[in-house]
Amino acid sequence: MIACEICVIGGGPAGLMAALHAASLGASVVIIDRNDYLGGQLIKQTHRFFGSKEQRASERGVNISRELSFAVEEEENIKVLTAATALGYYKDGVVTVEKDERFLKIKPQKIIVATGGAEKTLPFPNNDLPGVYGAGAVQTLVNVYGVKPGQRVLMVGAGNIGVIVSYQLLQAGVEVAGIVEAAPRIGAYWVHAAKVVRAGVPIYTRHTIKGAWGEKEVEGATTVELDDQWRPIPGTEKDFDVDVICLSVGLSPLTEILWQAGCAMKYVPELSGYVPLRNVDMETSVPGIYIAGDAGGIEEASAAMMEGALAGLSAARALGYSASDFNSRRANILRELENLRSGPVGEKIRKGLKKVTLIERQEFRVLPLSSNF
Amino acid sequence: MLAENGVPTIEDLAQVLPAPERLARGPVAIAECFQEIPCDPCYHSCLRRAIAPFADINERPRIDHEKCNGCGLCVNRCPGLAIFVVDQTYSDSEALVKLPYEFLPLPKPGDIVSAINRSGAAVGEARVVKVQSGKQMDGTNIVWLAVPQDLSMEVRHFKMEEVR
Amino acid sequence: MRVYEHPILDFTREKKIKFTYNGRELEGFEGETVAAALHANGIRTMRESIHLHRPRGLFCNIGNCSSCLMIVDGKPNVRVCVEKLREGMNVMTQKGKGELK
Repeated sequence: MIACEICVIGGGPAGLMAALHAASLGASVVIIDRNDYLGGQLIKQTHRFFGSKEQRASERGVNISRELSFAVEEEENIKVLTAATALGYYKDGVVTVEKDERFLKIKPQKIIVATGGAEKTLPFPNNDLPGVYGAGAVQTLVNVYGVKPGQRVLMVGAGNIGVIVSYQLLQAGVEVAGIVEAAPRIGAYWVHAAKVVRAGVPIYTRHTIKGAWGEKEVEGATTVELDDQWRPIPGTEKDFDVDVICLSVGLSPLTEILWQAGCAMKYVPELSGYVPLRNVDMETSVPGIYIAGDAGGIEEASAAMMEGALAGLSAARALGYSASDFNSRRANILRELENLRSGPVGEKIRKGLKKVTLIERQEFRVLPLSSNF
Repeated sequence: MLAENGVPTIEDLAQVLPAPERLARGPVAIAECFQEIPCDPCYHSCLRRAIAPFADINERPRIDHEKCNGCGLCVNRCPGLAIFVVDQTYSDSEALVKLPYEFLPLPKPGDIVSAINRSGAAVGEARVVKVQSGKQMDGTNIVWLAVPQDLSMEVRHFKMEEVR
Repeated sequence: MRVYEHPILDFTREKKIKFTYNGRELEGFEGETVAAALHANGIRTMRESIHLHRPRGLFCNIGNCSSCLMIVDGKPNVRVCVEKLREGMNVMTQKGKGELK
């Protein structure tokens, strides 16, 4: 049994910031990640980030990942367990972990769940053929291992991930035949869309994939135009000669641990799935369990880093740690988060968070655990 | 329309283009940033304070084209690759377009490349005048293209395959 | 199908290692996953589905989805998207649920 003050589950942008901020107040932290490296999905983000200086705007995710991981390794209050998969949470507060084919138990006083998200899929004929990938999968293959998924790609979904991965495929020398988007508008930041379009990749809004074809692997795809009610318009089918289909149709929060712990959960479409109720300091309805990043609702890495910082400070504070500048640091993070979400592109997130953020802890108490209301 | 196909309209562009008199006086930055997103590195990159301070990080950049001397620092710092420098005084027949470029191989000065517009279509030829690359550019290189004067507001990308 | 030149990234590939795929000897690099090495060799089919025997490949590539289960050194149900390649590794297409010995 490993005893520790704070266990952070997930070493991505949210988890790393959580660990650093908790440790900076003096708390001892164990951070576990199922990968054999820290950084989570940051390690494949080759584009420069948006945001402001506090979220390292204009820096590339891959560099941010390197810096944060280094800082975590250097921090003596943090113990890092990589290649360690959290398996379960038990009612006596024990987190069980598999590492190197061995079963470990961790008993922390506080837990910060920063498990991130998982890619969604889309139903269409032959969507199980080899050659149909999640966009993030292809991003990992190309940017982490330098291996191409195929020669020519059809991207499904014009949100930030779909458009950014399309651009990164071009950078790696992979052809992108086009991006189809079922919605009438591009979901990605328009600057991303503009740079992909001028590089020669058309974006087709009101279009979706009708099916993939191929015997043993993807040999092509058929797209179709949609009407105002999102119904396929017969006769508008187009064939694409591609050997890769990338699905970029959103992520779901990874919340298994939170369900096991009995956190009050709620389905919030704006946050892309079931997410835990939380107070402004990121604590869930189960005292001592905090969340940060995509596990609490799908958003951008910049916001995940700020949420991590906040959760780290809160958890350490709850253990009795503090600092003379605690209040100003907390206020600063809250202000940064508000700034990030204040514009028109933050509207969806604001709406979603309103449904799950409760100001007073007491509000949790009257709720039945794990209720969906 | 930008939201539908990723291509800004003439009306979009009209909001951000410098006045003709300013363009006639030499290099100037144009921020083709049409959406309020949480992003402000361009403001911090400008040594001349030609980009107005952001009251809110979601504001769109406002360039004071009178203060801007077209140095191009912001071109490198913009995460959206949305800022370009245009110099219509380059020669009588040609204008200079400085654009961010994150692909390999890099062209060499003197290369003739295919000039590409905002829709990804080839609109003519461009001559590479200079390539700003190296470690300090952090992968976002700046390529200077000499293009026919009438294409200075069209050309925003180029392709190497078309090199003759 | 490897990327050799990249405007942002530097792929430092260290030690070349040999492994077998369905009895065929292939090469990969130390530090990469089995799935990455197979893709670099043009192989995208990892297993056969349990009931309809349809080919299945990589989907999430981060250990979430179980689409890429293969038999590695005799052990079934190995997620090759997160399993690192080792010298002499024996990788086989998995058919069905896989048998634990």
